[in-house]
Parts: sequence; structure tokens; C-alpha cells
Amino acid sequence: MITLSAVDLALAAGLVLAMAALSWRMQLGLSGQLLIAGTRTVVQLLLIGLVLKTLFANVDLLWVAGISLIMLLAAGREVMARQQRRFIGGWGFGMGTGAMFVSSFAITVLALTTMVATDPWYDPQYAIPLLGMLLGNTMSGISLALDRLTTTAWQQRAIIEQRLMLGATRLEAIAEIRREAMRSGMMPIINAMAVAGLVSLPGMMTGQILAGSPPLEAVKYQILIMFLISAGTGFGVTTALWLASKRLFDDRHRLRLDKLTGPRY
Amino acid sequence: MVELERSGISGLNVINLRTHERGPYSLRIAPGECVSLRGDSGSGKSLLLRAIAGLDPHDGQILLDDMPSTQLTAPQWRKQVALLPAESQWWQDEVGAHFSTVKCPWLEPLGFRMETMHWQVSRLSSGEKQRLALARVLMNTPRVLLLDEPTASLDADNVTAVERLIEKYRCETDAAILWVSHDTQQAARIGNRHLQLTTEGIREYTA
Repeated sequence: MITLSAVDLALAAGLVLAMAALSWRMQLGLSGQLLIAGTRTVVQLLLIGLVLKTLFANVDLLWVAGISLIMLLAAGREVMARQQRRFIGGWGFGMGTGAMFVSSFAITVLALTTMVATDPWYDPQYAIPLLGMLLGNTMSGISLALDRLTTTAWQQRAIIEQRLMLGATRLEAIAEIRREAMRSGMMPIINAMAVAGLVSLPGMMTGQILAGSPPLEAVKYQILIMFLISAGTGFGVTTALWLASKRLFDDRHRLRLDKLTGPRY
Repeated sequence: MVELERSGISGLNVINLRTHERGPYSLRIAPGECVSLRGDSGSGKSLLLRAIAGLDPHDGQILLDDMPSTQLTAPQWRKQVALLPAESQWWQDEVGAHFSTVKCPWLEPLGFRMETMHWQVSRLSSGEKQRLALARVLMNTPRVLLLDEPTASLDADNVTAVERLIEKYRCETDAAILWVSHDTQQAARIGNRHLQLTTEGIREYTA
């Protein structure tokens, strides 16, 4: 395996800097975000690299659980931050986080105990990367779906209320919007599965191949991961949308947009 | 559980209704009675109607034939106490998709035909929408009709057609009707009684 030097990474960072400069010249308003995200990538990945190094040296369930919890909370915060209109109070954070916990953790544990069958089942070399992949993807799906649900409900409040006036239940009144939100949450992983290997080589498989794994071994892992991700995203998005569409109404089937915050861009 | 007072009053009975920091409002409409409601713009007519239909949170009691609104599920209540908003909403492509059955007996009296069910919603005029929304809400055969300026965007002939149809519906089904109208002549024409909404509450006046 060819190891990368600091100079190699600096060259790649130069490309990002060039893009930031271009964005600044074109007044796209992206350069700040790009630089902050780039810096975060360096710091966060270096930190997790160090953490994983220590973790692999001391296999301990408590440590694995602790790291997993931090990952979950960070993902939950990220889902909340990506909402244009989020739920007021603890729900804004709890909804996405709860949905991710239910889907990602259950599926990771299932995969570790049955499919990958590591010993012990919480072996961090497998558990942490698997959970990370699942959390990352369910996080995208859930934030897309929740954002779609709440912004569409806001825009179409007159239609939702018209349906309620005609005697529709809250679930009937928001059924189409919920379906659309489900679609937008699931589209990225469905598209990724559809073009996998044809247009793009998935990141994990690329990594394994670069690290010297036989291509077919890498492919098997990639297939497993993609299936886990699509199931995890599906269950996660379903749970989040179920919670959110109930929360948009009260028990008298009234649309309660006052439970959402104002718009943020 | 608070013991609910049973008074033996049929029709719609609104007691000390407060909504959006307005009120308290009290009013009664007997079965088969049509009551007009007027008030300056911003006096809260639409909010009152929304609260009665159970679309906004409110304090106080609303009863239909002595049955408190809370005894029914909200969808059941709204099918019986139907609100026709000033501006109707349509979410499907074709008109007919908004009706539970294409055999709607209210189309013809409003100047439509069976083919209307296949019309595209995007091509409806505001007057057509207003009349079709009335036909749509009547399909639930509500016991109480809350009408928010139901003839606002109609020409004279259609105003007459709508007034006649509502009159016919009221006589046939003994429905109680609360009709918001800015037009004093219309209010005198259609109403058995007349109410005015003010910041202090509701008072009755003679036309």
C-alpha cells in the first residue's frame, strides 16, 4: 500500500483553496462554507483516526458504546441543522436522533452478530466503520425527508386544512406529502444502488481496493453495505416521518405549524 | 371528568368560545335556521368559523344537538359541521377526483354537467371553483354549514343559483346555516336572524 505524505494532502488541499478563491471571485457566497467544511474534515478525520487507533488497541464494549453515542449525537445535531423549519423544543433534535438510533443501531448490531460475525461482536475495527456508514447515510435520508415534509406542509397548509375541513384525518390530509418526503429521502440510496459499479465505484470499495484487498472481496462487502444502508435509511426515514407527521397535528387533527420554527437559510 | 350540562337544545350551540385571544362568543342556530353574520374586516369572522369547525385551538364549548364536539373525533365533527372557506383549495388534477362519487346531485342546480367532473382544476375560474366547492362540501351532507362569503366571486345569476341551492338544502335536510356576508341586501334575503361580530362579542340586530 502506498502511504500518503503531508505534501500529497497539501496538494489536494490546494485544489479546495483554488475552488474557494474562484467562488469568492464569482461571489457565490460558498467560499466560507467550503473552507470551514474542509477544515472540519481535516480535524475531525484526524481525531477519529487517533481515536480508532486507541480503540483498536483496547477492545472494550464500553468504549465502543461511548464512541457510538457521540457519533449518534453528532448525526442528530446535523439532521437538525439541515432543517429549514424544525420542530420547536426537544423534538427538533429528538425526532431525527431517535429515528437514527432505532434504525442504524439495530441494523449494525444485526449485521455484526449474524452477517459479519466478528468476535467479539463489538470488535471496533468492524463496528465503528459499519455504524459510521449507516449513520452517515440514514442521516442524509432523514434530513432530506424531514425537510421536505415540513417545508411542503408549510407551503401547502391551505390544501391540508381544506382536506381536514372536508373530514379527512390527519394521516389522510398529509398522505401525499409524506409519500413525496419518503421518496426524496430514499432517492439517493436507490440511485446509488442503481449506478453502483456502472458510473461510480463506491467509496468503501475503492478504499478497500486501494488498500490492496482482492476486488471480489471488496465487492461483497460493498453489496452488504449497500443493502444495510438501504434498509437502514428506509426504516429510519419511515420512523422519522411517522413521528413528524403526527407531531405536525394535534390530537384534534388540527394542523399545528406553530410547532415549527421560522425559516432559516 | 367535568359533568357536561345537558340543556336539550338542538342545532348548533356555541358557548363562551374563545379563540386567538378573541371572544367569548356565544350563539345558537336551530335546525333549519339560516343566520347571517357580518363584521368589519379583521373582526375575526373567519377565525370564529374556523374555531367552530375545530380547525383552531379554542376554549369554551361547541355542541351539536346537545353533543359536545369533543365527543366526536375531529374528522366526524367536521363532516357534520362543515366549513366552506372563502377560498377553496384543489389538490388533484381533475375536478372529479375531489368527490367521493361522480354522481353529485348538486352539479346541475349550480349550472354544471356530468362532464364537469373531468375538467382540469387548473382551468377553473374563481367563480367555478367557488360553486364546485359548495357542491363538494354538500357531498358530506353536513348538519351545520358555515359559509364564508360563498358568493363573493360570482355574477348575479350564479349568486341566485347558489342562494337557491342552499335554501333547498336547508329545507330538505333541516340544516343549520351560519352565513358570512358583507352584502346587507343578501343578508336580509337569506337570513332568518342577523348577527354582528364586534370586539366585545356577538350581538343580534334587525335588518
